[in-house]
Amino acid sequence: MSIEIENIGKQFGSFTALDDINLSIPSGELVALLGPSGSGKTTLLRIIAGLETPDSGRIIFNGEDTTDRHVRERKVGFVFQHYALFKHMTVFDNVAFGLNVRPRDSRPSKSAIKEKVMELLRLVQLEGMAKRYPSQLSGGQRQRIALARALAVEPQVLLLDEPFGALDAQVRAELRRWLRRLHDEIHVTSVFVTHDQEEALEVADRIVVMNKGRIEQAGTPDQVYEHPANPFVLNFLGNVNLFHGRIPQPAQGERKTVSYVRSHDIDIDRSQQDSSSLSAEIRHIQKLGPSVRVTLTLASGEPIEAELTRDAFQNLGLQQGEQVYVRPRQVRVFVEDYQI
Amino acid sequence: MAAPTTTYTGKNNGNHRITEPAPVRWLLTAIALAFLALFLALPLAAVFSQAFAKGWETYLAALWEPDTLSSVKLTLITAAVAVPLNLVFGVIASWAIAKFTFPGKNLLITLIDLPFSVSPVISGLIYVLIFGRQGWLGPWLDAHDIKIVFAVPGIILATIFVTFPFIARELIPLMEAQGKDEEEAALVLGASGLQTFLRVTLPNIKWGIIYGVILCNARAMGEFGAVSVVSGHIRGSTNTVPLHVEILYNEYNYTAAFAVASLLALLALVTLVVKTVAEWKVQQQLERE
Ligand SMILES: Nc1ncnc2c1ncn2[C@@H]1O[C@H](COP(=O)(O)OP(=O)(O)O)[C@@H](O)[C@H]1O
Ligand SMILES: [Mg+2]
Repeated sequence: MSIEIENIGKQFGSFTALDDINLSIPSGELVALLGPSGSGKTTLLRIIAGLETPDSGRIIFNGEDTTDRHVRERKVGFVFQHYALFKHMTVFDNVAFGLNVRPRDSRPSKSAIKEKVMELLRLVQLEGMAKRYPSQLSGGQRQRIALARALAVEPQVLLLDEPFGALDAQVRAELRRWLRRLHDEIHVTSVFVTHDQEEALEVADRIVVMNKGRIEQAGTPDQVYEHPANPFVLNFLGNVNLFHGRIPQPAQGERKTVSYVRSHDIDIDRSQQDSSSLSAEIRHIQKLGPSVRVTLTLASGEPIEAELTRDAFQNLGLQQGEQVYVRPRQVRVFVEDYQI
Repeated sequence: MAAPTTTYTGKNNGNHRITEPAPVRWLLTAIALAFLALFLALPLAAVFSQAFAKGWETYLAALWEPDTLSSVKLTLITAAVAVPLNLVFGVIASWAIAKFTFPGKNLLITLIDLPFSVSPVISGLIYVLIFGRQGWLGPWLDAHDIKIVFAVPGIILATIFVTFPFIARELIPLMEAQGKDEEEAALVLGASGLQTFLRVTLPNIKWGIIYGVILCNARAMGEFGAVSVVSGHIRGSTNTVPLHVEILYNEYNYTAAFAVASLLALLALVTLVVKTVAEWKVQQQLERE
């Protein structure tokens, strides 16, 4: 099912949580809402679900205006940030809940419900857990039960709020790959919220970058990463260095510019290679697993951060306090009317 | 008068370096226990020893006296009306306060606390002022031959007023701590409002309700001040158990007074046990979050 979001606005008192949001989500896609904490991702997700009412604008499911439809009738699956499993019910009853509360005439038989629940538990690889209580499950297991519970009602749309936010790094990486595979299997239109760029880049078909209640850019992971629309997007998707400069402009004379270079787009050399080489001093070296982060200061005093592979770092044999040359491989220039 | 307190968990994280040395801990524990013995256990023991001072038969005879029976009956009726009404009110009010924002919410919270901040005698007097012969509604009630003050309805009204914070006060923090995630999850899954309440909210606050009800009941049965003002002390008709105890005592009928008082003491013990269990269960429920 496709989702159209038209001119959605939401205020909390005098605070604008969402400001004229327009977005269209094609049927069957897995979309990530990516942005810093407080940027309005959860609010937008809740408005799509019907848990929150927008002050203005429309939500359209499959061409049909659903703005005023009650959350109960929207047939969405929602996975809450902290799972929101029913603590006093077993895993089985949690997953069966959506089917058990149906009016008698549309409720499946007991045996049909049982079959459906067991099928879902197989899907999330937790068949043996039916009789347990949520408190007896690990975080990753709870997350998968929350997903199974949401899928039990065969939703047209699956909404997930920071689905891996509360999990440790390894479970997180595992689960997001699993979610991607699951989505490839069941192809339900899905929107998930995250503040982790890596997660969005790895899992989503399309990324919507949000900031301060607005959409900064929407596009495929390649588009937003390779062609960021503005410094915010660039900055949010990876570590960047800033260089301040000026470019002459025919009409306005001269305008201040800011150049951005991602830290892994900086080469370090022992000797000057060409005119783009800048001399710098190594201030600090930090090893981060497979990569190494080197903090330097340019002759102008500006700090700069470079990220090298461990191999490149060892080949160069860099030491703190050494004098070296840095060379930006890819520079993006934005006129300075934009504040990060 | 003490408000029912919310329970706090002092989680023992096993850091022994920050605790006091053993002798200090024993001393503090001993002081606390001595205090409890002096002010709680001793009076309780005194009540029972006085009640049974002249043996079982006198004890039972004192209880079996018609005026006593009628006071027990009135107390039971009062509690049977006041507690369910406050239960309904408490659940609705705390549901509204904990799960929604609406104008006047803070006012409602203040009003719920009002009976705790007003002396029970004043609470009683308010009813006399409203429904009494010289009160605002007095002439009208007189004309229609309705008796509220110095009659059973007045006693019930005063009791409801004095006891209405107990259940709401217990449930508000509990429901606030639980948030509304589970309710929202139920709604998204297609549950109706009633289904959500019965299947999700109620099981989560069950022990909180039991805790509130038991405290509310103890107070409803034991209330003296407010009821004393509106009762009129008509023997065999408008005397509740606590009022009856006072009358017997003032008549120097000590054995009977303590025999009847022992009923209230028993109620207190039962309350204490149920309350402890409920408190423990509520705590468990919160920790499962
Ligand atoms: N119910 C609410 N009442 C008041 N402010 C809210 C409410 N919900 C969200 N906000 C505010 O709106 C902003 C956006 O919140 P949210 O959508 O949760 O952001 P995100 O999920 O991107 O972190 C935050 O500043 C938050 O404080
Ligand atoms: Mg959020």
